[in-house]
Amino acid sequence: MDVSILLLSLLIGAIVTYFSGDKLASKVALLFSLVSFMLSLNILYSYSNGNDVSLVREWISLPKISFALLADGFSLVMVLLTTILTPLIVFSSFGKSVENAKKFYALVLFMSFAMTGTFLAADGLLYYIFWELALIPIYFIALVWGNGDIEERKKDVLKFFIYTLAGSLFMLVAFAYLYTKAESFLLQDLYKLNLSFQEQTWIFLAFFLAYAIKIPIIPFHSWQANVYQKAPTIGTMLLSGIMLKMGLYSIIRWQLPIAPQAAKEYLPILVGLSIAGVIYGSILALRQKDLKRLLAYSSLAHVGLIAAGCYTLTIDGIHGAVHQMIAHGFVIVGLFFAAEIIYRRYNTYAIGELGGIRSQAPKFTSLFLIVVVASVGLPGTYNFVGEFTVLYSLSQINIWFVILGGLTIILGAYYMLKMFQNVMLGETNSNSFSEVTIYETITLVLIISFLLFFGLYPKPITDLVHPSLNEIFSTINSLK
Amino acid sequence: MNTLLTISGLGVFCLIAEIFNLRKLLIPVAIIGLLAILGLTISEFNIPSSHYNNMIVVNRFSVSFSSLFIVLTIFLIALSGDFYKEHQSKLSDYVAIKIFLLAGAVAMVSFGNLAMFFIGIEVLSISLYILAASKRLEVNSNEAGMKYFLLGSFASGIILFGICLIYGATGYFNIDEIFQLSQGAGIPVWFPIGLTLIIIGMLFKIAAAPFHFWAPDVYEGAPSITTALMSTLAKVVAMATLYKLIQGMVPAIPTIFENIIVVISVLTMSVGNLMALRQNNVKRMLAFSGISHAGFMLMALLSLSSAAGTLLYYTTAYALAGIAAFAVIILVTKNKDNEDIINFNGLGKTNPLMAAILTASLLSMAGIPIFSGFFAKFSLFTNTIESGYLFVVIAGVINSIVSIGYYFKLIIAMYTKDAAETPSATPFVYYFTAVIAIILNIAIGVFPNTILNLLSA
Repeated sequence: MDVSILLLSLLIGAIVTYFSGDKLASKVALLFSLVSFMLSLNILYSYSNGNDVSLVREWISLPKISFALLADGFSLVMVLLTTILTPLIVFSSFGKSVENAKKFYALVLFMSFAMTGTFLAADGLLYYIFWELALIPIYFIALVWGNGDIEERKKDVLKFFIYTLAGSLFMLVAFAYLYTKAESFLLQDLYKLNLSFQEQTWIFLAFFLAYAIKIPIIPFHSWQANVYQKAPTIGTMLLSGIMLKMGLYSIIRWQLPIAPQAAKEYLPILVGLSIAGVIYGSILALRQKDLKRLLAYSSLAHVGLIAAGCYTLTIDGIHGAVHQMIAHGFVIVGLFFAAEIIYRRYNTYAIGELGGIRSQAPKFTSLFLIVVVASVGLPGTYNFVGEFTVLYSLSQINIWFVILGGLTIILGAYYMLKMFQNVMLGETNSNSFSEVTIYETITLVLIISFLLFFGLYPKPITDLVHPSLNEIFSTINSLK
Repeated sequence: MNTLLTISGLGVFCLIAEIFNLRKLLIPVAIIGLLAILGLTISEFNIPSSHYNNMIVVNRFSVSFSSLFIVLTIFLIALSGDFYKEHQSKLSDYVAIKIFLLAGAVAMVSFGNLAMFFIGIEVLSISLYILAASKRLEVNSNEAGMKYFLLGSFASGIILFGICLIYGATGYFNIDEIFQLSQGAGIPVWFPIGLTLIIIGMLFKIAAAPFHFWAPDVYEGAPSITTALMSTLAKVVAMATLYKLIQGMVPAIPTIFENIIVVISVLTMSVGNLMALRQNNVKRMLAFSGISHAGFMLMALLSLSSAAGTLLYYTTAYALAGIAAFAVIILVTKNKDNEDIINFNGLGKTNPLMAAILTASLLSMAGIPIFSGFFAKFSLFTNTIESGYLFVVIAGVINSIVSIGYYFKLIIAMYTKDAAETPSATPFVYYFTAVIAIILNIAIGVFPNTILNLLSA
């Protein structure tokens, strides 16, 4: 068995969901996403037993393009993140009716398919195709099922599309250029290339544009808050939980090993930009009056720190970044889900109109509080592991980076707890707030137990990703 | 050779079909005939031959492009049946003209002699003039036909002048001989001048900037099905012919020519895109988008020795997307006075399948993966980078980004606005044509090898 079965199950899932009709769609989607989760566990099992689960087939002979899927610890972790979060995200929408459900859930599964492909692809062009394919479903999800004024949403979503496409097209040019050098798109052939410093710089920049827009790193972030706010919550979860990880994953997998010299040369600028994103996101989050926008900016701050970890070019930074990617994926889905729970009852995201939920819904309050403290990286939660490792790696570069980067924890604690205070505590709102339903509880509990378990015992993930990250790290540091 | 003969025969048959009272069966018969001709053509794929003192040369290039033209004609004729429903008495004329047009197109890609090339281009052009003006009671259509005729015949004149100069310089019409002589020293200055004139005439036919001014007006004024024909078949024919002409007559383009092609290519794609952004009429928008695609196709001339397969792929991808898009456009605007975007509002709800097809074809034109438009652009970019024109590729990339702006305008209208009226029944033939065209488009997008490698030796 190889990893292509995962892609197949998700793709078939999308098609079957579309034909299952509006009533059954959500259940069918959940079924198929669970099947792909089981399959990915199975693949993980056979991988850890030493079996080769990668796949390389020739696809197009001229230009030479292969259907190559690479499964090492790093990509499997990201695939697992996708296949765990997809059923969770689908499940989180249970109990809420969605218009045109069959199309909606088919798009969700299709997006999951494309993202899984992106994490697995080991051929430049195949990777690019999956990368772009993920964009189409989220565009339609945000456009058709989003909330807020349609005219404004149209503009914001189109801006997002053009922005991300623009970035990735330059990446495509970089790949085409690399192809003329290597006569192949295969990852290992691209790793072996001997590029001059000038070539590396241009290729690095082309990649950077694609990833900086996707992640986003300032100054390419301006699409983010608007789209996060206006997309339906499921779309926001997909975007922030998984899709932005595509950019971070690609930095480690593609950008750094292919153009390491350029990365070393511009290290201070890259880390500086990422840290600037941390501070900028935190400050903006402080001022937000809309719950979803606040979470969007907090996400901007957190991914800034992850990107900084990647760009430190230290093994600790990369390790921490991978931990933090997974932790952030879970915590941000949890946070957006909590926002959605409130929205379902009050029909608003405005923080000013909320308050006093605690006395009416103690269970929800406790669950939400745990997610909030996890997001600020309290020791004992998984976020602490990643965040601390990244900060440690920053300290190896420059002490100022760690001081500024550490602000994310302090500021993060400040705006998240302030938000929690305004939303949950204080005077009781006149409307009554009904306690979380069983579906909602299950979703939140699953997220929380994951974060706590790996917070206390991150060793399985470390063991899984360690060999592959070391390999990439040695490629980065090998003389080119 | 057989292709050309049988196509002409089929055309004559369609003209006289009236006599036998076969009007109802005309379209099925024409399509079956064309399918048979397609089979005949493909069977000649591996048998290169030349006929009548090298007047007609059959090789892989001509066979592949002829097959593409035949496929496109089949689609266009299939759509004609419903389109000309109110003009039953003219049906056989229209169908016959389209088949003669196909004969001209086939002659244009299989010529071995400039005289044959000119005959081909005239047969094609005259058929187009007639088709553009075929709604004879409408002033717009008349205007389109007249404009196209005046400017088109002017371009034909320039081409003819170029051919004369080349004859004066070399003493031959036969392009093999011209190819031999053009390599030698002491070729008179008339030769490059003649070549330039021919290229200018062809650039007019493919509507490349700055010779593009006729296109939007003619596209808008002509009946929709003629617009579909002009923007898919006619453009593809002219592009393939231009490629064959240059490749056939000179071993390598001089650098100065190459620079001119670079300028024209970048100019064409930019002008087309920027103008398309401002259009509200879908036909006009697609006319400008077609201009920008012509700019992309011109990039193929920069890697003359290796880009034949890429050009075939690009033209196939573009034309199939165009056919699918026009099938939807013709359907939606059937009983409307104009083709404004407003007519497409809410199509996603009233006719989801057609909306999905139009979306897919627009995504293909924009170059989004899995649709063949992506691979077309990609292999064009790779070829061009290999020839050392990285900045042309970057211009192409920027233009691809700009093009999202207007393609998505239409997509957004279909999915976010509400429809003004209730849907009416869709004749089956539209579904049939559009679905098959888009499936072919996606199929060659997933398996690009099938087309991309046809012409590589």
